[in-house]
Amino acid sequence: VLAEQDSAAAQQYVRQGCPTALRADLWALILNISNQPEDILYYEQLKSNVIQHDLLVDSLIYKDVKLTASNDDYYFVFEDYLYQVLLCFSRDTSVLEHFTYSSATPPKSYIRGKLGMEEYAVFYPPNGVIPFHGFSMYVAPLCFLYHEPSKLYQIFREMYVRFFFRLHSISSHPSGIVSLCLLFETLLQTHLPQLFYHLREIGAQPLRISFKWMVRAFSGYLATDQLLLLWDRILGYNSLEILAVLAAAVFAFRAVNLMEVTSLAAAEAVLADLSTLKVMPLLQIFLFATVT
Amino acid sequence: KIMAGKVKWVTDIEKSVLINNFEKRGWIQVAENEDWNFYWMSVQTIRNVFSVETGYRLSDDQIVNHFPNHYELTRKDLMVKNIKRYRKELEKEGSPLAEKDENGKYIYLDFVPVTFMLPADYNLFVEEFRKNPSSTWIMKPCGKAQGKGIFLINKLSQIKKWSRDSKTSSFVSQSSKEAYVISLYINNPLLIGGKKFDLRLYVLVSTYRPLRCYMYKLGFCRFCTVKYTPSTSELDNMFVHLTNVAIQKHGDDYNHIHGGKWTVSNLRLYLESTRGKEVTNKLFDEIHWIIVQSLKAVAPVMNNDKHCFECYGYDIIIDDKLKPWLIEVNASPSLTSSTANDRILKYNLINDTLNIAVPNGEIPDCKWNKSPPKEVLGNYEVLYDEEMAQSDGPDRDLRSRPGQSTGVKGNRARDSGKPVLTTWK
Repeated sequence: VLAEQDSAAAQQYVRQGCPTALRADLWALILNISNQPEDILYYEQLKSNVIQHDLLVDSLIYKDVKLTASNDDYYFVFEDYLYQVLLCFSRDTSVLEHFTYSSATPPKSYIRGKLGMEEYAVFYPPNGVIPFHGFSMYVAPLCFLYHEPSKLYQIFREMYVRFFFRLHSISSHPSGIVSLCLLFETLLQTHLPQLFYHLREIGAQPLRISFKWMVRAFSGYLATDQLLLLWDRILGYNSLEILAVLAAAVFAFRAVNLMEVTSLAAAEAVLADLSTLKVMPLLQIFLFATVT
Repeated sequence: KIMAGKVKWVTDIEKSVLINNFEKRGWIQVAENEDWNFYWMSVQTIRNVFSVETGYRLSDDQIVNHFPNHYELTRKDLMVKNIKRYRKELEKEGSPLAEKDENGKYIYLDFVPVTFMLPADYNLFVEEFRKNPSSTWIMKPCGKAQGKGIFLINKLSQIKKWSRDSKTSSFVSQSSKEAYVISLYINNPLLIGGKKFDLRLYVLVSTYRPLRCYMYKLGFCRFCTVKYTPSTSELDNMFVHLTNVAIQKHGDDYNHIHGGKWTVSNLRLYLESTRGKEVTNKLFDEIHWIIVQSLKAVAPVMNNDKHCFECYGYDIIIDDKLKPWLIEVNASPSLTSSTANDRILKYNLINDTLNIAVPNGEIPDCKWNKSPPKEVLGNYEVLYDEEMAQSDGPDRDLRSRPGQSTGVKGNRARDSGKPVLTTWK
């Protein structure tokens, strides 16, 4: 597949998961990232923008990285790369293009004293995306695959404009976070009605726990090798629905313990540590096992 | 005669990961001057136990956690000396292992950076230094640990006082404590996330002759908190260059959650993903190889006392060509836990070590064959078993044996058509 440089074939291929050594190239093929000289130049330009002027969102980025990735056993190593990528990302106006197919609109800022006057409006931040707590976790797992900053950047940017933006904007799109929440609840209620009822009775609404997993596409919750297998499928099926399915599968896996808890805190505790979970067996059991 | 009863233990290292392990086995703590079966001692104590003056005589039901002359491996200068001697011996025998390349470098046995003893080899060092005057060298005191007393130099003037001829040298010390080794500094370490790191691997040796050693599968990488730079302006910044946790712990960015440590499996995932599977496998093969070679180098001079076993902490640095270098071997790897994960790891390390060294947790009999069953290995895997290796025919398909070190394949890759490469597994 790689020899042929066939993007569509690569997408088919990764549905079965990638061998670790080939993953970086396969994803790049699917996302159409070839790291041409002009791409590298563009990235260098962004970096010089970072050096030339500060943005208020830079502080949000620093804070986010320090609070999340820097404390993570897997990703703390890549702290500097995360700053680099995210600071550049905030200044990248090409990201604005994704708003043509997103139901969100980029925030605007007005020149002082000219509030409401469109001629004096700019998008802020330049890429129209205000980072939030955990945002850097979208980038972190990619650092295991790409050690060259400009390539890492392009892969992340493409992942964002194809997938991640849907996880934090309201829309009716089947891969949007709202649909994922609905899918999750529907799956849980359909296949584990007793558990669903029990959790709601004790005030431990399942979505309250699983929401954070889905918004972050499970980054920071699963072991990295497992996370990458999950993201293989996101790319392969071009959909984020698998996040909802996995969330339900996790509940199903821990159902016995969850049936015994009597508070939200206890339910959270049962589901606090996902680092030992193996994604594929979990999904397979949930989807294909005939015993409920 | 083995008496039925609980193992009586002593230790002079007050660490919970040790004591919890003894207590969970129901062993009984006793004092040093009482009858004991198991003594986990510091390296100072082992000197006394086996010293000629105090003349301790261990009985068959007593085990200690160090070999009497472990320093042949764990002192920086002696380790280098033994490896150099080992290489010369192999060369004399005409062994294919000692093969050299066109530049005169050992192909398979060049795993220790060029090193000299100071002040003894001062002139030899100067000769080497002048060949590459822009190189950086690292000065390490022979007898210290945890990064103490280490500094980098790039000018001869910085080590003037170790010059043997120096008349200004008030440094005429016979004490081995002040001896230093100077090694070529690896200024092209493999960087991850822009940061330098080293590998800490645990290796358990139950006997040197025949050599039987185990590698702990859960080693870890220790990262520097500050971004690496070979710039000469930062030579004095120990946070950039030394990976010892004891040093990094005092840096501004030290984090108590992960402690700047990465598991070896993270390293493997990263390398496979960014460099490919073959080179990653080759790297790990080479790491296993150099550990075994270092043990073989000291095996002939080790006092293979049957009362002893030892768990070493191997420090390895990988350069940007994915070549591993043996930096040093620690006889008393730190049992302090810097993070929660660390505590669990070290607890399990001691647990698995005790399961192998003290079979069934019962009062030991030093006459046993030191061949534990596979089930008790825990997170250890057999690195090299000389007895087993010698009982195999050289043409047996070693790949089919489970639990063997993957050094087999690495060795075959090196075996460039030469006959009978004496069993590296």
